[in-house]
Formats: sequence, structure tokens, C-alpha cells
Amino acid sequence: MTDLRFTPLRERHEALGASFTDFGGWAMPVRYTSDLAEHHAVRTAAGLFDISHMAQFRVVGPDRDAFLAYALAFDPAKLALSKAKYTMILAPTGGIVDDLIVTRNAPDELLVVANAGNRDAVRSALEERRAGFDAEIDELDASLIAVQGPRAQEILEATAGLDHDDALAMGHTLDSLPYYTAMGMRFRNGAVLVSRTGYTGEDGFELSVDSADAGALWDALRDAGEPLGLVPAGLASRDTLRLEAGMPLYGHELSLDVVPAQAGLGRVIPLATKEADFVGRSALERGMPEDAAVLVGLVADGKRAGRAGYAVYAGDTRVGEITSGALSPTLGHPIAMAYVAASVADAETPLTIDVRGTRIAATVSTLPFYKRNAK
Amino acid sequence: MTDLTSLKYTAEHEWVALDGDIATVGITDYAADKLGDVVFVELPEVGATIDAHSIVGEIESTKSVGELYAPLTGDVVEVNDAVVDDPSLVNSDPYGDGWLVKITVDPAAVADLLDRDAYLALTGGDE
Repeated sequence: MTDLRFTPLRERHEALGASFTDFGGWAMPVRYTSDLAEHHAVRTAAGLFDISHMAQFRVVGPDRDAFLAYALAFDPAKLALSKAKYTMILAPTGGIVDDLIVTRNAPDELLVVANAGNRDAVRSALEERRAGFDAEIDELDASLIAVQGPRAQEILEATAGLDHDDALAMGHTLDSLPYYTAMGMRFRNGAVLVSRTGYTGEDGFELSVDSADAGALWDALRDAGEPLGLVPAGLASRDTLRLEAGMPLYGHELSLDVVPAQAGLGRVIPLATKEADFVGRSALERGMPEDAAVLVGLVADGKRAGRAGYAVYAGDTRVGEITSGALSPTLGHPIAMAYVAASVADAETPLTIDVRGTRIAATVSTLPFYKRNAK
Repeated sequence: MTDLTSLKYTAEHEWVALDGDIATVGITDYAADKLGDVVFVELPEVGATIDAHSIVGEIESTKSVGELYAPLTGDVVEVNDAVVDDPSLVNSDPYGDGWLVKITVDPAAVADLLDRDAYLALTGGDE
């Protein structure tokens, strides 16, 4: 077993009594006290997550846009300054190497955020695809902290030392920052990239900060947030939050063996509007095989959840498999995402889940399971 | 507060409290912590005969499923309905209100289970 990596916030997690788990080769807090309490805090107030295990690549150079137009499935021509886009890096087969967020964080720079477990795969694919382009890739020594929940904005506004700076803000204010948009702010003497993004289904922000300042920012956010209900939250709650929000997790819903359309993410790929060729494009243009399984939501009654790997049946026929499942803390009933045959993928289709030998009735549901009230 | 040194333990992280020939069984604080917040508990039927080391119930958290092993052979005389209604008792009071089942046992067999020190050695000393 290789040595686990720790983020710069390790000591703070330990002091808070966190339990750690191996996630993508990183020792990450799985919970501090109660994963249910952390989940509910994010839905009702706010949670503070260390997501520094995620990889951050800075892409610069005159050909940066043309390079990423070829390397990734998104269209940089459509990405204005300060905007962020959820996208994919695909294999030539159309399979998913990773799901990413790309942000035009400066006029001459793009930031690519990748999953921890795919750091090496993304880096090597980017390096390989860079050939012939005048572009550079740097992996940042930066930490990533997420503040998620309905009170997230208030908390950032109240955070000591985190200040608006016209020179960094790219024309935005925290108050009016749109979803999937970033702005720079000043924290002490450094710059922090604040993006209105997240993985919980709530309003919230992800803050990219120099690792040397990560501890101080974490402390300042906690100090400001505690009176507003902010609690440190671990990966266990992050997983149930993203599942309720219908967001895929690489290694569960996404893999090299599925193409984006199977995961319900065909809309993310601009096949119709993007001019440039990109890795995976020709495979996607051939379309999905007719028998390709597709991702659906499943809901059930009772308390017993189907979990990753459990078989799904229509009558006596095995039609698919669950990729993620849990008893939804917010909804109070079991929810799951599953790949099933397209013939049984319509909403309201009755299916059953084999829960360790017992068949549980389930119904196909649209995603997400949970949607926050619009402002 | 339960005197934890008076209990017996299993390698499957159950604790056993013996009173006459009735053994009360629960899971340890260590096991409850590892599982995370328990959200569903399934227990055997009262009257069932259970065999030592067989799986007799399930303890599910948001993240995973734990199995309840019978620590000893015996008949189930009572199950904790309160913990079925409120599974969080397993986390909040694993040695008290979070108990799971009571079974009639051969008291002599209890002596073969782990004592507190042996159990702590197994968990690396974590409480």
C-alpha cells in the first residue's frame, strides 16, 4: 500500500477529532462528529469542506485555448473571463477519463480542477495531448476549501481578512456573483479564487488558496461561520449530499467504460456547436449502442438502501446495477443511482433491488432527488 | 455508566453483558464510530434460536452495512425495539440504550469471549 497523502489542513482535522478515510490516495476527513448532522447543516446553514485533495492545473501559453479545445470536450470559445464550466476529459473511445471544472480565472490563464484519484491520468493525458501546442501545464500547490449551504455567502462576507479587491474581482461582487462564475478576492496579502460552484446541491463557494494560507483561511471561515451554523463536514456527508443532488461521482457513475450520454451528461458535450476536433469526438458522433445501459435514479420506501454493486431487476430479469445508494438524510427514504437497460429507464418504471438477498421494490425517478428552493 | 471492564467482547465488535443466563448484546463504541451514523437496524425475531458466529442482524449507516453476529448460541428472548425506531441510539449510547438483543446462553461459554484488554488490543487501543 502506498503512503497516503495529507492536505495542509491535516492538523486541524485531527484536532477536531475527524475520522479519516483513504479517498483517491489521500487521507481525508470522512466525518468529524456525525455525518447526518453535517449533512443537515449543509442543507439548513452551511458546511466547511477540505477538498484540497482535488488536483488543480493551471494552463497558460498562447495556444492554451486551442490546446484545451482539443484535449477536453468543452468549447473554450464559449468561456468568457471569470466563467466556469463543468466538462469532461474523454478517452479516444468516448469513455470518461475524468469530469472536470474549467475556469477562465484570468485573461491569459485557465484553471482545470480534476478529481484526486484521477490526478495522474488527467496530467498524463493533458501532457500527451499538448504536443504541437504552445501551452504549459502547471500543477498548483494550492488548497481548495468549500463553503456550502444557504448561509455560505453571509459567511464569506463575515470572514475576517477576506476582502473585496477591484483589481482581482473581474467585475464581480460576492453578492452578485452568478452560479458557475469566479472572482478573485484578497485574503491577507494573497489572492484567493472564489468560485460559486459546489457538489452538494446548495448554494456555495469553492475557494482556491495558496497552501501556505489555507490553515488561516480555514480558521477565519470557521470563526465567521460558527455563529451562523457552519460546521466542518466530511466526505461521508459530501457523498450523501451529492447523491441527493443527482451529481455523479467518478468511479461510481463515471468511468472509462461509459460515455457521457449514458450518464445523462450528453448536454455537457457541445457536439453540435463546437467546431474543433477533440479527443473522443468521433466516437461520440457514432452514438451510443442501442443496448447501452443508462443512468437513472431509483427511489424506494422504507429504510433499507440499495448500495453500489447491488443488482436491479425488472421482474425476474436482471436489468442493471446500482452505482451509488443511501438512505437519503433529507428525504428520509432510500435513493440510488443505477445503470439500467434503456427499456426500463423511463420515470415511474417499477423495478426491484436485490438488497443482500431480499427484493426491495423501487421506482425509476428523475434526477436530481433533491433540488433547493430557488431564491 | 456501564463498567466496560465488566463486559465481554468478540472479534466482530460485539459486547456481551451477562446477568444469570441472559446475555445482553450490542456493538462497541469502536464499531459504531467506524460505521458512522446508524440509520437502520434489523434484529432477529424474539423466540429465534441463533448459532454462535452466524449473522443475525444488520446495522446500516449512511455509508455502509455492518452485520450483527451472534456472539454465542442461544434463544432470543428480547430485542430492543427502541433502537429499531431510533437507530441513532447505537451511536449515542452503544453500551446502554443502544443495546440490540438479549439471548439465553450457557454462562460458561461467555468466559471464552474476549475481556476488555484483549478487545482493546484487537482495536489497537482505540476506545
